[in-house]
Amino acid sequence: MSESWDVVIVGAGIVGAACAFQCASRGMRTAVVEAKSIGGGATAAGMGHIVVMDDSPAQLALTHYSQTLWQELSKTLPADVEYESCGTLWVAADDEEMLEVRRKSDVYASAGVATEVLDARTLADAEPQLRTPLAGALFVPSDAVLYPPCAAGYLMAKARSLGAKLHRRKVLSAHSGEVRLDDGTHLNSTHIVIASGADACDLLPALPIKKRKGHLVITDRYPGFVRHQLVELGYLKSAHSSTADSVAFNVQPRKTGQLLIGSSRQYGAEDTTVNQPTVAAMTERAQSYLPNIGELSAIRVWTGFRAATPDKLPLIGPWPEDDSLFLATGHEGLGITTSLGTASILADYLEGTAPAIPTAPYLPARFARSVVSA
Amino acid sequence: MTERFDILVVGAGPAGIAAAVTAAAAGKQVALVDDNPAAGGQIWRSDSKRPTTARTWLEKLAASSVVRLQGWRIVDSPSRGVLRADGKDGCRDLEYNQLVMATDARERFLPFPGWTLPNVMGAGGLDAMVRGGLPIADKRVVVAGTGPLLLAVAAHLARRGAKIVAICEQAPLRRFIPFLASLCGESAKAMQGIDYVRSTFGSKIYLGCWPVAASGNQKLETVTLRRGERQWEERCDFLACGFHLVPNLELPALMNCRIDKGFVAVDHLLQTSICGVFCAGEPIGIGGVEIALLEGEIAGLAAAGNTDAAIRLAQRRTRRLGFVRALATVTELDPRLKELATNATLVCRCEDVSFGRLRHHDSWREAKLHTRCGMGACQGRICGTAAEFLFDWDSGSIFSSVRPPLFPVRVSSLGHADTLADKGDSLASADMLASKETE
Amino acid sequence: MPELPPLYLLVNDVPVTVAPGTTVASAILIAGIPTRQSVTGEPRGPLCGMGICFECRVNIDGVQHQRSCQVLCTEGMKVRTT
Repeated sequence: MSESWDVVIVGAGIVGAACAFQCASRGMRTAVVEAKSIGGGATAAGMGHIVVMDDSPAQLALTHYSQTLWQELSKTLPADVEYESCGTLWVAADDEEMLEVRRKSDVYASAGVATEVLDARTLADAEPQLRTPLAGALFVPSDAVLYPPCAAGYLMAKARSLGAKLHRRKVLSAHSGEVRLDDGTHLNSTHIVIASGADACDLLPALPIKKRKGHLVITDRYPGFVRHQLVELGYLKSAHSSTADSVAFNVQPRKTGQLLIGSSRQYGAEDTTVNQPTVAAMTERAQSYLPNIGELSAIRVWTGFRAATPDKLPLIGPWPEDDSLFLATGHEGLGITTSLGTASILADYLEGTAPAIPTAPYLPARFARSVVSA
Repeated sequence: MTERFDILVVGAGPAGIAAAVTAAAAGKQVALVDDNPAAGGQIWRSDSKRPTTARTWLEKLAASSVVRLQGWRIVDSPSRGVLRADGKDGCRDLEYNQLVMATDARERFLPFPGWTLPNVMGAGGLDAMVRGGLPIADKRVVVAGTGPLLLAVAAHLARRGAKIVAICEQAPLRRFIPFLASLCGESAKAMQGIDYVRSTFGSKIYLGCWPVAASGNQKLETVTLRRGERQWEERCDFLACGFHLVPNLELPALMNCRIDKGFVAVDHLLQTSICGVFCAGEPIGIGGVEIALLEGEIAGLAAAGNTDAAIRLAQRRTRRLGFVRALATVTELDPRLKELATNATLVCRCEDVSFGRLRHHDSWREAKLHTRCGMGACQGRICGTAAEFLFDWDSGSIFSSVRPPLFPVRVSSLGHADTLADKGDSLASADMLASKETE
Repeated sequence: MPELPPLYLLVNDVPVTVAPGTTVASAILIAGIPTRQSVTGEPRGPLCGMGICFECRVNIDGVQHQRSCQVLCTEGMKVRTT
């Protein structure tokens, strides 16, 4: 059976769903292929944190752009998406980290992101459960949290209401304008977008994407224990390192009153089993910042895989060597945040419009040489 | 803190007690872990009058060298040969050479309008509350669902002075005939039981009957029952409703033991697909006390290396498997029980997710992710079990996502073994446990 | 075996008398109140009686989310339901 489309998107995680919504709302005949659950991969495993991050100017630009799109969309999000603008507190443990807080404050200001520097006292008032003394924190009020599977579900539902079609099948191959499904269907399309996260390598083995395993713990309901997303400044070091296994303090209050405790990063671990020493290190780190968190009831621990690229920036745009292929993947720990920005940029490419921010840093072609030589 | 044992037995119901006692008698260093305040599991819960078999085994346990970890629950297997146990005063790692899992079964609950009202409980649930001190004399009780547990509970509650208003078994009469025939093969004791039941409850036993609604203001006041075309209401104080038992497979699934048709797969000596890991009692087939005791002994002997004795007992077990099969047949659920829930009826009680919201999804995983059904404290033990029956989702997927902790634990108990908080030796004094359990 | 004297515990500041060996869940049922409110505000009581349904969760002596069907009453215990 054969069908004809303007764009076929492989993967209905939050990035794929966001792309489907953008493409469909711009009048493109859109199909999405997803074999498993909508938002069931890394989208379901991650923290749902919408956060502006400044590991690099390109990361800052993309996360800021995307965060403003989320703020706009938040006005229409249904209750089950649980969008909450609780903001982020980047916590400084000592004076050295406080210098980092001030540096960050300046960088965010230059990008137009409002922040507030909190001293030790103000921080303790804002978050009484944090250990004292800490040096202070950077408060980013425009950051938010949400429940990702329902966000992906909402975006997909919107896309379908605008005419996008969902195929619940596995993709066997996707190239040269044709996507073959495991039921024998052939989808012919002007453009194909690979948005399948860490599984993108199944279709394009040459992609420079590696799986970066993470763990999360969720507690029972303790409303008010923590009011903002709390992240240690060392998180950036952990996310930045491209080789070492690491944990970093990162705790999120959910609208339900449950706490999400993260974060961990490991390379080379491809199985989904919970790694007890990693969880131990992660929870011990959390207890060092929130001493009473040890007494809370943890109801589940799980794992997920981030799609990581060598330079920590995603792959958004045309894939060299195949005019029909585009990528929207490799988002590491920022898939939720940058999903909307990615979708806008991608749709701009497909339409031939100029994207709202410079997008050269995210072009897949930057790895072209390594691809050709692979 | 880490402790080492030759044989670790998880679950102090009849199977676990038999396994622990038998393994200790064979000279092994044995520990028995259980999450209730006292041993006995569900069927031998502390009560004023235990059956002789229970007293005998509990006395053997008290007299044995078995190390007791009562009030501890197994939450994880942090590495090979180690289980993590969490209790009131802390958390400890238990190292073992051989493991016997006797994790028992739980009741299956099916949703119907009003099933979340206070005083609607499982049959075993209400029984446990009564054994736990709830006065039931002169209270009106409707017992419903399926399985021999209903009669056992009704009889016990009646002895305590409850007014049993009705006993509603969903199986029709024709399904009972082969079951009763298999009971005749079992023993004369069974025939006495049937006589007792008929004489005590006679007119109030309804077959092919089930509750379609419970109602009341803030708590149960009335139950609506249906039998064929007839539907009527009974005023009552409690509804004890459970649809037979399903095995507790979380620990075997976490250990990666092979699960076959909803039960742990074991060889004739009750070893699972994992070498050195054995399983006995309800998780390998719902069969009640007698076979659970036998299986406990077999597993205890096999784990202790006494293969010859284990083989002899295994032969006796084969003869009893007919009862297990007959029990499974008679407790098969009528498909009309899938239609009791309306769109507004809650299926997930932890997260308040309704039947109407769940039915649109294609799989358990998708339903879970998008409605949060099964993501609450019970981690799907109640709603997942119901969903397996209500929807045509792939049932294997409900257990393929077992993750630690098996029960909620303090965040601090997720830490490294040597940092686990342990406020000293909280092993209950053997004397204290013995006097409570053998009275 | 001599009968042990009854225990007094507080359930939402109201004294309840029970026989020794009574579980906290049964004590709450004796007090005639629900153990908790569901996430949408429904009153709930114990369901399974064996520690797996989590409907009997209460605060005992300041510690939240304890399964009361698996805890024995002790003299002076302070129980809070939601």
